Amino acid sequence: MSTTTEDGGKKERNVPKPVFTDAEAGSQEFPSSTSRSYNYFTPAKRRASVYEDVTFDVQPDPERHLTQGWIYGFADGSSGYPKEWTALKSTDWHQFRDPNEEWEQTIYRNNANVVRQVQHNIANAKAAHSFAQWNRNWVDIVAKHVSAFAHGEQGIGMYVYTPAQRDAPTNMINNALAVGAVHKLRFAQDIILYNLDLSEEIESFDGQAHKETWQSDPVWQGVRRNIEQLTATRDWAEAFFATAVVYEPLVGELFRSGFVMQVAALQGDFTTPTLMGSGESDTAREQRGARALFGMLAEDPEHGEANKATMRDWLAAWTPVSVEAARLLQPIWSQLSEKAVRFEDSLERSQARFEGLLSDIGIETPKEAQTV
Amino acid sequence: MSRASITKAHTKIQELSWDPTYVEPVEKYATDYTFEKAPKKDPLKQVLRSYFPMEEEKDNRVFGAMDGAIRGNMFRQVQERWMEWQKLFLSIIPFPEISAARAMPLAIGAVPNPELHNGLAIQMIDEVRHSTIQMNLKRLYMNHYVDPAGFDISEKGFANCYAGTIGRQFGEGFITGDAITAANVYLTIVAETAFTNVLFVAMPGEAAANGDYLLPTVFHSVQSDESRHISNGYSIILMALADERNRQLLERDLRYAWWNNHCVVDAAIGTFIEYGTKDRRKDRESYAEMWRRWIYDDYYRSYLVPLEKYGLTVPHDLVEESWNRIWNKGYVHEVAQFFATGWFANYWRIDAMDDTDFEWFEDKYPGWYDKYGKWWEKYSELGVRNGHNPIAFEAEANYEYPHRCWSCMVPCLIREDMVVDEVDGQVRTYCSETCHWTDAVAFRPEYQGRPTPAMGKLTGKREWETLYHGMDVADIMTELGYVRDDGKTLVPQPHLDLNPKKMWTLDQVRGNTLQSPNVLLNEMSKEDRDKHVAQYKAGGPAGRPAPAPAEA
Repeated sequence: MSTTTEDGGKKERNVPKPVFTDAEAGSQEFPSSTSRSYNYFTPAKRRASVYEDVTFDVQPDPERHLTQGWIYGFADGSSGYPKEWTALKSTDWHQFRDPNEEWEQTIYRNNANVVRQVQHNIANAKAAHSFAQWNRNWVDIVAKHVSAFAHGEQGIGMYVYTPAQRDAPTNMINNALAVGAVHKLRFAQDIILYNLDLSEEIESFDGQAHKETWQSDPVWQGVRRNIEQLTATRDWAEAFFATAVVYEPLVGELFRSGFVMQVAALQGDFTTPTLMGSGESDTAREQRGARALFGMLAEDPEHGEANKATMRDWLAAWTPVSVEAARLLQPIWSQLSEKAVRFEDSLERSQARFEGLLSDIGIETPKEAQTV
Repeated sequence: MSRASITKAHTKIQELSWDPTYVEPVEKYATDYTFEKAPKKDPLKQVLRSYFPMEEEKDNRVFGAMDGAIRGNMFRQVQERWMEWQKLFLSIIPFPEISAARAMPLAIGAVPNPELHNGLAIQMIDEVRHSTIQMNLKRLYMNHYVDPAGFDISEKGFANCYAGTIGRQFGEGFITGDAITAANVYLTIVAETAFTNVLFVAMPGEAAANGDYLLPTVFHSVQSDESRHISNGYSIILMALADERNRQLLERDLRYAWWNNHCVVDAAIGTFIEYGTKDRRKDRESYAEMWRRWIYDDYYRSYLVPLEKYGLTVPHDLVEESWNRIWNKGYVHEVAQFFATGWFANYWRIDAMDDTDFEWFEDKYPGWYDKYGKWWEKYSELGVRNGHNPIAFEAEANYEYPHRCWSCMVPCLIREDMVVDEVDGQVRTYCSETCHWTDAVAFRPEYQGRPTPAMGKLTGKREWETLYHGMDVADIMTELGYVRDDGKTLVPQPHLDLNPKKMWTLDQVRGNTLQSPNVLLNEMSKEDRDKHVAQYKAGGPAGRPAPAPAEA
């Protein structure tokens, strides 16, 4: 837009003028003129990654640089990020790095990619009229059981991982938990919105059946009990451990990989496994974080043995809950008209995954934690 | 996704919630507020399927702009005065952002409405986005701006500098104490709805005028998420207002949150915008004009006042007094002067105001020169490294080092307003009646005869100077780590000249002893203290000590 003065001349617009300041790196030499890395923390490797740069020490700590201490307290006098909010102890919580190196750019790239992939798969299936190939029995299983599974994922995302990301003592742990939370929430929404698509594509598909199945079907009551108990756990590390280390291999993976991804193709369904695969991929990311965190705590030079004892106690408490939840799911395997895999085989696979995870962390599978 | 399909999808995801029957709900974060289940809607219909690709697209634009800025040599045109203040601002702001993420479960736990929980969880990951994208912007500044010192110690500086601690309230206040006080009233209703306007909209405009178009790129991308957050907060406060028992708490919390945000945000952002700029066009808005538009008109009159009809007691008196402090009592000018007085303990450089600045200030704030002009001339003179001490330690500056407010931790700069009281067995100073009330009345386990067991506490070593009472400034700076890589030149400077011969080193500040005003005050007899306080309150503006009373 240009304006003119009364005599027809061009009136100069009043805008900030560019000024040559030569304030770019290297234009002068002086003390610290080349000090171009965050120097208040020690990177895990020789050079700090972008992830470390944008995450480390953003949540301060009186044991590091926070000289005036936390300036707000809870009514009981605790403040900031109390280390007492878990029974586990560490000589240096800041050693933990998220193996997935999640920060702003990775979070949105990964999740947007998953969203696109899921959408494309469903669109292709619609275009190919592939849902018409599903056998009647499978339609019912997806309406009830696959869809009911979404509730548990929502519960973990919203009421286990979301509060946990308030509670851990470092930004590195809390950010990893926050990303885990939105993975779960996105996956839960993806399943239930898939349910909506199927309601529109398959005439006999009961889009509301999942609610009653989750709330009352005996097959799901073990899972629901397990999830609800997780949401009521105050110790953030226990909640994370009991979810990522115990529930996920024994129940989550059992259903996603051990059931849906094994059997769907034989029922004429190539779409549902791809959706479940995205949830499995997210879970694998969270498990990498869990391995790194609990492994670090198990190897802690001062508190390692005590931490292992605490984790063993947690295993003793939570494994039976998840094993019961898994076993109650067994009837779903029997509902298939085309049998592809036995429940016991799926459970055995889950048991092996569970033991592998415990071994990676550095704790043996206790007797009471034997599933099969 | 089309609007119709978003509506349908949003309705569908509500089916994911259920009422637990196997466990009793656990109160993870306590609140004294009470909520009945109410079918409050999320008007923005947030669904992750559309959220992630939308944010990815916003990110791509931000990163594209960053590449462009480097290729286009943006740093040949940025004003050093502006960039120096970013060392402080960008060390503070990622913490409030990540604290907002941490605050979301406080709100989720308190409010029994799953539809709102979805919006709050999306806000959680938004805030992780904001925190890390801002840290990354700062990383780019550190790599490409002429003077990286101060950026390189960023989060350490934030954690151990008096100025970082002031800013830390705008963050810690979101995550600690009564869940609704913190995560709803302080964070969303006041900080996000009112003060992000000056933070994320007004400040980027000033950045652009100083040759920095990356700050606007990043912060407008951040601000475009805020409308969803504001919507989350609005739904919760309407639910809170539906229960009569909450109204007394809401009145308390709104008074605290409004006043603390005013004290902290106006101090910081006001200083950045008024004293961090080289844009002295007369028709560019002053901070006071921006405040009047963004906060008084857009927030107070258009958002807060309409809530009165739902039973909210709006702190009209505090809004008017905030304006009075900004317009009549010189709040921002006093704060900027204090930051410059304390340059020796900063981790950024502050240059003196010059004739062009004086003319602009006089035009925007008539009478400014008579109050502050001489002091800035003295600051310019004493900024030269030629054998004298930092200005804070030179009597000729005619500036009385201020007491610090125990509540908001900004010094008591409007001298006549200072309140002194013995609280919890300690003589404390407060910048205002409301800050005194915040400590002595609001943050207590009982309020107006009503038990408030969930209310938080003010904790920590709240007067920074106490930590270094009796220490030599050179030792303090060494301990803080505000020394450049030659082991002697200071990170902060009272000018922008990077000629090593003109830069202050530990040697020029050695021999000056810092004293804590609060320690000294507590050591005084009551009679001496009363005299001292009367004298202090008679001082100002611009920190000028009052003339000594005539001997009887």
